Amino acid sequence: MDANFWLIQTFNGVSYGALLFLLASGLTLIFGVMRIVNLSHGAYFLLGGYVAISVMRASGSWLLALPIAALAIALLGLFVERVFLRPLGFDPLRQVLLTVGFAFLFQQAALDIWGGDNLIIQPPPALSASVVVGGLHLPVYRIFMVALACAIGLALWFAMERTRIGAIVRATVDDAEMARGIGIDTSKVSMFIFALGAFLAALGGVIGGAFLGIYPGLDFEVLPVAFAVVIIGGMGSLAGAAIGSMLVGLADNFGKALFPEIAYFSLYAPMVLILAMKPTGLLGRE
Amino acid sequence: MKRIWILLSVLALAAAVAPFTGPFVILLLAQILVLGIIAMSVDLLLGYTGLPSLGQAAYLGVGAYLTAILATKFGFGLGWDFWLVVLMGMAAGAATAGFFGLFAIRASGVYFLMITLALGMCVWGLAYRWNSVTGGDNGINMRGRPKFGIELANDLTFFYVVLGLFIASFFALHLLVSSPFGKSLVGIRERELRMRILGYNTWLHKYIAFVIAGGFGGLAGVLWAHLNGIVSPVDVLLPASVDALLMVVLGGPGTLVGGLIGATVVVFLREYLATMVQWWQYVLGAVYVLTILYLPGGIMGLFKGGKA
Amino acid sequence: MKRIAVLIAGLAAASPGISQELKIGFLAPMTGIFAQIGKDMENGFQMYIDEQKGNFAGAKVTFIVEDEEGKPPVGVRKAEKLARQDNVHLLVGGLLASTGYAIAPVSNRVKTVYVLSIAAADDLTQRDLKQYPYIVRTSWTSSQPHHPLGKWACENGFKTVSAIAADYAFGHEVLGGFQKAFEDCGGKVIQKIWPPLGTKDFGPYIPTIKRDADAIFSLMVGPMALQFPKQLQEAGIKKPVIGGGTSYDEFVLPSMGDEVLGHVSALQYSAALDTPKNREFVRRYREKYGKVPSYYSESNYTTAQMIHEVMKQTKGKWPGPEKFIQMITQLKLDTPRGPVRFDDMRNPIQNIYIKKVEKKKLHGYDKDELWNTVIQTYPDVSQFFTYKKEEFLKQPVYSRDFPPCKHCN
Repeated sequence: MDANFWLIQTFNGVSYGALLFLLASGLTLIFGVMRIVNLSHGAYFLLGGYVAISVMRASGSWLLALPIAALAIALLGLFVERVFLRPLGFDPLRQVLLTVGFAFLFQQAALDIWGGDNLIIQPPPALSASVVVGGLHLPVYRIFMVALACAIGLALWFAMERTRIGAIVRATVDDAEMARGIGIDTSKVSMFIFALGAFLAALGGVIGGAFLGIYPGLDFEVLPVAFAVVIIGGMGSLAGAAIGSMLVGLADNFGKALFPEIAYFSLYAPMVLILAMKPTGLLGRE
Repeated sequence: MKRIWILLSVLALAAAVAPFTGPFVILLLAQILVLGIIAMSVDLLLGYTGLPSLGQAAYLGVGAYLTAILATKFGFGLGWDFWLVVLMGMAAGAATAGFFGLFAIRASGVYFLMITLALGMCVWGLAYRWNSVTGGDNGINMRGRPKFGIELANDLTFFYVVLGLFIASFFALHLLVSSPFGKSLVGIRERELRMRILGYNTWLHKYIAFVIAGGFGGLAGVLWAHLNGIVSPVDVLLPASVDALLMVVLGGPGTLVGGLIGATVVVFLREYLATMVQWWQYVLGAVYVLTILYLPGGIMGLFKGGKA
Repeated sequence: MKRIAVLIAGLAAASPGISQELKIGFLAPMTGIFAQIGKDMENGFQMYIDEQKGNFAGAKVTFIVEDEEGKPPVGVRKAEKLARQDNVHLLVGGLLASTGYAIAPVSNRVKTVYVLSIAAADDLTQRDLKQYPYIVRTSWTSSQPHHPLGKWACENGFKTVSAIAADYAFGHEVLGGFQKAFEDCGGKVIQKIWPPLGTKDFGPYIPTIKRDADAIFSLMVGPMALQFPKQLQEAGIKKPVIGGGTSYDEFVLPSMGDEVLGHVSALQYSAALDTPKNREFVRRYREKYGKVPSYYSESNYTTAQMIHEVMKQTKGKWPGPEKFIQMITQLKLDTPRGPVRFDDMRNPIQNIYIKKVEKKKLHGYDKDELWNTVIQTYPDVSQFFTYKKEEFLKQPVYSRDFPPCKHCN
């Protein structure tokens, strides 16, 4: 186990973390604004992948599939939020339970529409190669994943910190009642954030579909990992999601490489430790 | 009180009819009762204490793995000592919950939900990868059910044993929630701050409820292992925990009986309707969504004012 | 209801000679990462039934497929359902070896024949055989093709091998078989890496592969098999690869790229077998389903044929589970995979083919495709290979730790 081993493993962990960030950033935003845990988040990830496959079958274009899938699922999220979640008012527990129901419904719908097969999203050839940097073979696709996650992360950060919409969202996260008091339509904010969360999850599904595959059951497989990220980073914190993604990505990768017998335990156990010391996660607020 | 008599008559009816049902139905009936136990343990948390647990399969897993490991590696628990394993399973479930509770009980509401989920995944991680103990992905295959004068290998006999344990669990939990302790749990659910001001140690109350729920989860696990003859990481996975929560919400939280009703609905749809039609999961999803939207008290809410 | 009864009566009248029924309960994954494999399994069996027009020597075949999801506990529940609710005469299938181990006890509980048409769980026809009077295997034990492969690798100049195999019963037994024969001939397995079944991201595992090994031994199943060679190539590793049968079976081969050219594997079947029987089988299968048959298809096709042969002897009457087991193990058949007979432990004795992935035109198809060209045949291999049965059975079943990895580290 030389330096190259550690470098390549770190790279693998970071690139896996990048994928997790796409998934977890939406989850944490939704939680921050609406105080609900979206248990159908994995389903949006999965549906994003499926829609992308359909678009690719029809058009042959991966570049086209990426935005279309994400937007389609954002619309779906919008619909669910307006028609089902909103009418429940501010009742997080019932809303959470409702998202479970949708997870089941989406699962069955996906099975009916796309069948039970394991489908793979083939990225364009330019992304399937690998480059050699200092003796290390780095798959271009993984570099792309990291770049995309960075871009999205920066865009989200910019939108939240530097724009008016961001200010409104932040005000809602800080104190929804107060925000309402100063005339912010928090219901619209929720709608927007829920759709954005679905958008990000779907994007993750398209990206992740290239090496995870897209198949029934994937939804509930990725969900707990996203939870681990959000819990470690701090629920509701975007920066926390970024740090959490990296930690979980690395813990997962090194756990599997170095301690295979406790690989998955080594993913969730640090989370429990962090919780024990800081119940709100690294960057979460009480 | 009336509710209990209705439940007992239904169970008595099931016991009387059981010998005349088919060999498949009897297996499903036993499955419903085992899942009913785990659902009641979730109800103790969700319905009475206001803690939505999404990691209850972990305790079922602990009980089930303990049973399977004792049976296959040590030949223990296949005779009269089965009853010892029942107690050990409960103790193991409770002990695990005792440890996890230290982390989980600080949180409430949806925070609690996420943390129990993550804790559940720790148990799954061990079950899945700790090959030398759990058999990893293969799981553990058991070589037959216990035998002590009566043979549990006979499905009808096994069903009666499960029924007996279900009724015992029901009464134990019923006594618990009717006791002053149970009343204070409900008080905590409704107004935790007030209970704290009144001098109640709310943390300890919640912790004890959590540990007891873990114990009944462990009991369900012991029975689950013998019901299927195999224990596998799939049993501990997130969907199993989601199922347990779903049953309580469907049946009616805060009623105990609701768990059994929910288990009946879910097993009927999943194991029975699924053998006839492809679209059973739509029914499950739709029933569930409609219940949450229009029946906060679950199916039990149809009959009586809902929550206790 | 009445109308249906009339309809059935009409059907029965329309096909003379059908007076009895044979109910076959078939277990295969229909959803999840192994769904397409399940389809291959079902297609193989269905094709034989269709060729016989659903009539096995006078018995009308009722074929009930249940989705076992590639999960052992689900397999158990579905097997219970098929036996208890549908009263099937036979349970057939189960994909994973771990599912096979899980369903075998069910066959005892419900006293129903269980034909292992894919699940290769070694011990069911070895040390556990006595416990399970109702099982018979028509496919292979996990280690059966990999004993010869181990010998072949050693005789073809490989001295050290680093192994990466799916972490469940099948992976343990495949690698165990390979290691036993390879090391008995003088080779050394210097590393064992165990990614979980269903791993698709080999990022954490590939960098741990030892650089000084002469070759890599890989055992992948289904979607894993597609990803591993691709990611190996992306990581810039150019070592020769020797694979367990399922790493390059015809289920995954058509979806693979040039990165697998030259990879060697072993199995009891190759679609590239140049025998009249197989050429014909490949042609008909491809016509019907539009793809090359995998061993999953061949094995289930052949299983259906074996069941039919038994029914011919009884003139369509179900002989009862004990008699059925006894009769099917007496069969000697010429099948697409070659001649098949049974040993006294209800497991087939058959040819094992060492195969190399090549790109070429074959069987009269006009496109360049990947084929598993047979480069060496070990005829009539039993599950014990060249070892003495009694001595072989004295050692424990192959597992993660058996044979122990003496040369690791």
